[in-house]
Amino acid sequence: MVRYIGMRLLLAVGVLWAAYTVTFVILFMVPGDPISAMAAGGMDSGTVSPEQLDAMRAEYGFDQPLPVQYGQYLFAALQGDLGTSVQTGQPVTTAIGQVLWPTVELSIAALVVAVIFGGAIALIATYTNLRWLRETLLAIPPLAISLPTFWIGLLLIQWFSFSWNIFPAMGNDGFSALVLPAITLGLPISALVAQVLAKSLQEAAIDPYVTTARAKGISRIRVHLGHVLRNATLPSLTMVGLIAGNLLAGSVIVETVFSRQGVGQLTVQSVTMQDLPVVQGVVVFGAVVFIAANLIVDLLLPVADPRVTVGRSYA
Amino acid sequence: MTQTALPSTLRSEVPGTESQDPQNDEVRSPAAAPKQAPKKLPWTRWLRKPGLVISGLFLILVVVAAFFPNVLASGDPYTGDSTQALQSPSAAHWFGTDHLGRDLYTRVVHGTSLSLRTALVAVVIALFSGGVFGIMAGFLGGWVDQAIMRVVDVLLAIPSLLLSLALISALGFGSTNVAIAVAIGSVATFARIARSQSLRVCQAVYVEAARSLGSRWYTTLRRHVLPNASGPILALAVLEFGMAILSVSALSFLGYGAPRPAPEWGSLVSEGRNYMAAAWWLTTIPGLVIAATVLAINRIAYALSGERRRF
Repeated sequence: MVRYIGMRLLLAVGVLWAAYTVTFVILFMVPGDPISAMAAGGMDSGTVSPEQLDAMRAEYGFDQPLPVQYGQYLFAALQGDLGTSVQTGQPVTTAIGQVLWPTVELSIAALVVAVIFGGAIALIATYTNLRWLRETLLAIPPLAISLPTFWIGLLLIQWFSFSWNIFPAMGNDGFSALVLPAITLGLPISALVAQVLAKSLQEAAIDPYVTTARAKGISRIRVHLGHVLRNATLPSLTMVGLIAGNLLAGSVIVETVFSRQGVGQLTVQSVTMQDLPVVQGVVVFGAVVFIAANLIVDLLLPVADPRVTVGRSYA
Repeated sequence: MTQTALPSTLRSEVPGTESQDPQNDEVRSPAAAPKQAPKKLPWTRWLRKPGLVISGLFLILVVVAAFFPNVLASGDPYTGDSTQALQSPSAAHWFGTDHLGRDLYTRVVHGTSLSLRTALVAVVIALFSGGVFGIMAGFLGGWVDQAIMRVVDVLLAIPSLLLSLALISALGFGSTNVAIAVAIGSVATFARIARSQSLRVCQAVYVEAARSLGSRWYTTLRRHVLPNASGPILALAVLEFGMAILSVSALSFLGYGAPRPAPEWGSLVSEGRNYMAAAWWLTTIPGLVIAATVLAINRIAYALSGERRRF
């Protein structure tokens, strides 16, 4: 077990290092000079003299050869320093940390929406004997995935904020401001949950223990919720990492639509201003979230399901 | 789909198997023919799936809009009549008008080409680069496979929208850069499926036979592996085209696409955002067009990948 945990941790760190390298390559090796790009994006390019540009290059270490830069950045990143924002001069970690909580709040709310919607669709679709109901329910997830997230958000604002005046259209304050963004962010993820859960429910429902339980006289609904669902949840746990990544990526759109503070809006601002260190910080943060979610699932799965064997197939 | 359904139609055409006498067949067939169910034409099967038919027709319309926008909307998408500003949808302006009095229908039709082209370029880049790396990984195996798949794993670990945003902040704004950014976001998906297809085909007996006959590796690749592996990869490409339209319109909604006056589906929605309380159609209708296009493409992609659906 210790060996398994050690291997998983090592693998996670390896992927993280590679993700950091990929973003470094994308952001700093593309044609063009990040400092001129940042100067042009951030401020009026006419006001920046060549000497100032050189000074900025020296300040950010861009006058060094690329491998040296990479080494310096990686060494700093290992110590938890992801660089400084060109716009505000803040450390990137502080900039992300300041707006982290609203996004976490939004993600948790969206996750609740997704699990309720997606779980309900999957459970009812696999429980019902009515063919039309099952097919209608199973047709919803592909439909929901095809809708642009920003459009769903704007439609919700149109109806719930402007027409009926139930929820505020924007802002961060209070629970009521969280409802519409959470639904917008949760909807595509609920489609994901519904598809994966429905599939594993269908697979679990034909297992022999279902027949045994039914033969012993347990009601169908109890077998469905108590036996089939419990066995079907475990395989669908593997998509937790994907969901976490989708939540973060979706928050970019949702926080723009609803003018909410958060990591997503920070991302949009720094891309618009070409604030490369912040962009890199957010992308690395996204990878950290994905890798951490997968790591937690991998470590919890053997605990949750004793049938999962550990240690042998890993090398 | 036509191939899977074929045996059942063949079987229905030969129900009288009880006549063992071959001579009897000649006697029977003219008389027995009217009793049988009327022979179905192959294309009527498609008509029984109205969703697929509507999707196809709608996509034809979209393609016409992309290549010959003037056939559908002869007006100028850039000039408007300011006395006609913010008109709701009517017979004169099907989709209404925007704050400058420009006809929204004309702008949506003329924006089709830009939005579709960006998505198409993205998918083509992703298909080729992902396809080449994936097929090589599956075909060559060994350390090449290991190296390529580790990179793919890393690309999959970064949410694709964030990866696209990183590229855009490095490359700058504009349709071409958006296309490249979206492509990089989905390269890993293509590489994965191309590798699995290539692995599947390379284990087939005919590849072994070709190799044992002394066929060169590039001949084997071109004659045997590529034609047999390409089906599912192309089906994925159609599905990814729908997803690419969504990503492209999301990025152009955020303001990273073609610069402002150009009509692009996503930026039309974001322009309409400022007039949402007064003019619902400015956000609702372009968004609806995006959604309908993606839905239609996905429906066709499901049909291509052989998934059975009722509608």
